[in-house]
Amino acid sequence: MVTHGNGLIECHGVTKTFGGVVANNDITLNVPQGRITGLIGPNGSGKTTLFNSIVGYHPIDAGSIKFKGEEISRLLVPQIARLGLMRTFQQTRIYSKMNCVDNMLISLPHREEGYRSLLTKYPPEAVERAEELLEFVGLYQKRYLISGELSFGQQKLLEFAMALISEPEVLLLDEPTAGINPTLING
Amino acid sequence: MSVTPKVLAGYGAILLLGLLAPVLFPNFLFQLAVLWMMILFALTWDIMGGQMGYNSLGNIFFFGAGMYISAIVQVGLYYNVGEYTSVYGGVQVDFTPHQYFTGLTLGIIAAALGCTVFSVIFGRIVFGLRGPYFAIGTLGVALAAGELMGTWEWVGGGGGIALPVYPYGPDQRARLFYYMCFVLAVVTFVFLKWLYSKRFGHAINAIRDDEEKAEAMGIHTLRYKTIAFAVAAFFLGMSGAIFGNMIGFIEPLEVAFPTITFGIFMVVMTLLGGKGTLWGPVLGAVVFHVVKEATWTYMLGWQWVALGALIIVNIVFFQQGILGWAAEKWPERFGIVVDKSRTAGGR
Repeated sequence: MVTHGNGLIECHGVTKTFGGVVANNDITLNVPQGRITGLIGPNGSGKTTLFNSIVGYHPIDAGSIKFKGEEISRLLVPQIARLGLMRTFQQTRIYSKMNCVDNMLISLPHREEGYRSLLTKYPPEAVERAEELLEFVGLYQKRYLISGELSFGQQKLLEFAMALISEPEVLLLDEPTAGINPTLING
Repeated sequence: MSVTPKVLAGYGAILLLGLLAPVLFPNFLFQLAVLWMMILFALTWDIMGGQMGYNSLGNIFFFGAGMYISAIVQVGLYYNVGEYTSVYGGVQVDFTPHQYFTGLTLGIIAAALGCTVFSVIFGRIVFGLRGPYFAIGTLGVALAAGELMGTWEWVGGGGGIALPVYPYGPDQRARLFYYMCFVLAVVTFVFLKWLYSKRFGHAINAIRDDEEKAEAMGIHTLRYKTIAFAVAAFFLGMSGAIFGNMIGFIEPLEVAFPTITFGIFMVVMTLLGGKGTLWGPVLGAVVFHVVKEATWTYMLGWQWVALGALIIVNIVFFQQGILGWAAEKWPERFGIVVDKSRTAGGR
């Protein structure tokens, strides 16, 4: 499946089974740097399972997954995320009891976070950056609204803005336009 | 909630009332001390249960552990603990005022630190569990601790252990323990208010809302859970040490690890006031304690029925608690932004 070579993400012979169901069978995939790569397949073909395996939710049964040349198939989800490999979910996942700005702030990169930083406040420039991105996705006016109160499409946009502020090196978007009004997708 | 003169005046009034309580209500000092303890119970339970979404039924473990750690330190500094418990009543034990206060101070410090260490070990075992499994897992630890302490003869076993006797008069003793409870509850409240205003507060709220998402964003979830549990354990350990000395006698099941009373009360009080808020647990503790004492006084024999009814009304009719209900009714007063551009139900 797809090509071989030195990519940002390299999967070799990835196999994942759930009981008797082989969700991913010997997948080999290479995602190069600086490109938008699409993964296409019918419902139930194992696209989300592969995403889950890459980001660590489903430990694989066989094969290898490398990110920037480093084996990541045995790492935990947050460890992989802190390397800069992040994903969005098929179903929108936001922190629904927090307002939009807080959703953005908690999504700032956690790579260099030490114990001392837990006891600090977010700097004003972080808040500014959060508001800029909320403006970019058209949610500035609703920035202090509890995010669970947003419409489905707005939640999807918020999730996208959260992914952007986390400054990932690779962002895996799982069905990013599913359930969204075509006007919003094109607009 | 911003710090306006009105808010400052409110804080000042509560502090003043707390400080003057021994003068205003000298006959109710023990109950008022227990009230501050109840506030601490609710505040510390809410760190995990309300702010982070991990409903622990075993927090009472740290209360009991703190009590025993303090007792062992207080006695162990001057006597052999095993001999002290085995010959209790058979020999005259005598603590000088200096020995008493040194032991009490070191006992409280040891209880806080010991419980913090316990919480890290305990957390490593139970943090793999979620939802009801976490609740039952933590409950199991608290129940097992009570039973185990009942079999450990070195600390008195089921017969319990007496704490050193306060060296001065009963009135002074009542005032001392009242102020200790009061100061500890106030310090806990102030510390949590400060802690929740930092990144830590955002992170544990994110874990509450969607832990899987938080992990996918790289948040050190285990680190935050460990710290949250440790903070609760630290203050509960201290409260156990103070409460043990206030009672004067530790018995494993009813005093140190009272899972079905204090252990459940801390959950109920938080739910009653409104979990996930700073003032909700405080309000819940006050209402619950007043109702509890009133029913124990005026409805003796029916007190558990009355408390059960209160819990049922809370759970069935307003799960969000008193503050949660008020926030829904008057959101602007709680600093919650309302989207007035949307019609009801229109998404």
